[in-house]
Amino acid sequence: MIEKAIFYFFAAVLLLAATLVVTARNPVHSALSLVLAFFSSAALWLLIEAEFLGIALVLVYVGAVMVLFLFVVMMLDINLSVMREGFARYLPLGVLVGLVMVLQMLLVIGAGVVDLVPEEQVAAAGALDGNNIRLLGSVLYTVYVYPFELAAIVLLLAIIAAIMLTHRRRGDTKHQDIAAQVRTRKADRLRMVRMPSERDSDS
Amino acid sequence: MNALIELSWITAKIVALIVPLFLAVAYMTYAERKVISSMQLRRGPNRVGWHGLLQPFADALKLLMKEVVLPQNANRFLFVLAPMLSIMPALAAWAVLPLADGLVIADVNAGLLYVLAMTSMGVYGIILAGWASNSKYALLGALRAGAQVVSYEIAMGFALVGVLMAAGSLNMGEIIQAQQGPIWNWFWLPLLPLFVVYWISGVAETNRLPFDVAEGESEIVAGFHVEYSGMAFAIFFLAEYANMILISGLAAILFLGGWYSPFEGLPLLGPLFDWVPGLVWFLLKVCLFLFLYIWFRGTFPRYRYDQIMRLGWKVLIPVTVVWLIVVAGLSLGEVGPWFS
Repeated sequence: MIEKAIFYFFAAVLLLAATLVVTARNPVHSALSLVLAFFSSAALWLLIEAEFLGIALVLVYVGAVMVLFLFVVMMLDINLSVMREGFARYLPLGVLVGLVMVLQMLLVIGAGVVDLVPEEQVAAAGALDGNNIRLLGSVLYTVYVYPFELAAIVLLLAIIAAIMLTHRRRGDTKHQDIAAQVRTRKADRLRMVRMPSERDSDS
Repeated sequence: MNALIELSWITAKIVALIVPLFLAVAYMTYAERKVISSMQLRRGPNRVGWHGLLQPFADALKLLMKEVVLPQNANRFLFVLAPMLSIMPALAAWAVLPLADGLVIADVNAGLLYVLAMTSMGVYGIILAGWASNSKYALLGALRAGAQVVSYEIAMGFALVGVLMAAGSLNMGEIIQAQQGPIWNWFWLPLLPLFVVYWISGVAETNRLPFDVAEGESEIVAGFHVEYSGMAFAIFFLAEYANMILISGLAAILFLGGWYSPFEGLPLLGPLFDWVPGLVWFLLKVCLFLFLYIWFRGTFPRYRYDQIMRLGWKVLIPVTVVWLIVVAGLSLGEVGPWFS
């Protein structure tokens, strides 16, 4: 009973937040609504005992991705009237994309279990009694190890590409070279001069 | 009916944790002022109560009675929401911290992940406070804080990955049980570089000196909370100190064996200290880290912003990556008392 009530509460919050993401006038409010949507869906995942997924969603999307999002949105000076201009014109296309997405969802749910890897193999890996996370890890690193490694390599490539595309070293910026600072010796900076402490001409 | 009883029991447990936590926060401010003042050869607060012991309450009362000023062009909703967003995760993370054997609100399997997720949400309070105030200093502080916290979270996460590799569990209680034994059985020794990295990034995560560019009194006045006054300001303060105690508690649990005595299982000293409850050992370890916080504040000058970023990305993260590989080797070779 209580679980059902909690589910409907979080589901309602999720839908409300998702609507706000597209309808809010202020882009910062939109980004924050997206945060709320992520958080509510994480709560829904916790409810079906997928605690690893739920917490990972909060950790990755709420804790890191959306912070960077907000960061950028906060600094932009977005003209809202320009953004709203083509709303009616693009509406049919948007509705079409939405419908396709709903259809895809229905197909996935209707198809039941997607049979990518023989089921008994997965069951064998998950046979050891243990918690959700241990199970996930044991399947991920045995049955699905190659797709997993492939995904890791793709991500690494994406990181490197993103950095290479955006990082330009400007010549005119002041830059601290820590290695050079550490390498300096006393002789590089200091010259000892021997001279008499008094001169006759002064007196 | 049963559900109702369970609910009230959980609420009672939460209250039993939060009230002492707030007291600890209050006396942390007092301890900080006392310790800093003695480092600077001053006396510190000594007027209110015996040796100034009632000073935190006097401060709280003063802040309660002050007006909460809403800046004219501020975004009202977010301006009020930001302090709540900063204190909520600081308190929520305490749910999974075991204070002694079995003394924990929620003994969940994904405890360590949960703590990481909660602490990573604290940055929203800071960013939103800075943006909603509609002030240049506040926005600068918010941007600095956002970049800093996101960067150091990575180093911190990697350090915690080392702990979970060594313990073989994400459950806080099991992590502590994996460190059973005297002081050299605890994880600080095999994971020493990760311990240091964790602690440095913990200090940076809480925006404390020497990493307090988000506030930077001498550069941007008070950074993200420059427009806040009264209780709203006090809540930011509460959140900062609650976070400090949280990071210290985590350090004690993950690297210093939580509730275990440093003489656990030794022939003569072990039985001698058996009467000390585990809670006392845990609190002593937390106090050690809290003192380190104050000590840092009293002795280190503030880092420059680009130096902070360099330290986080180019020093701490590579160190953790290297040591993760070493930990993997140690645990394959079942080295010492830690990995057998």
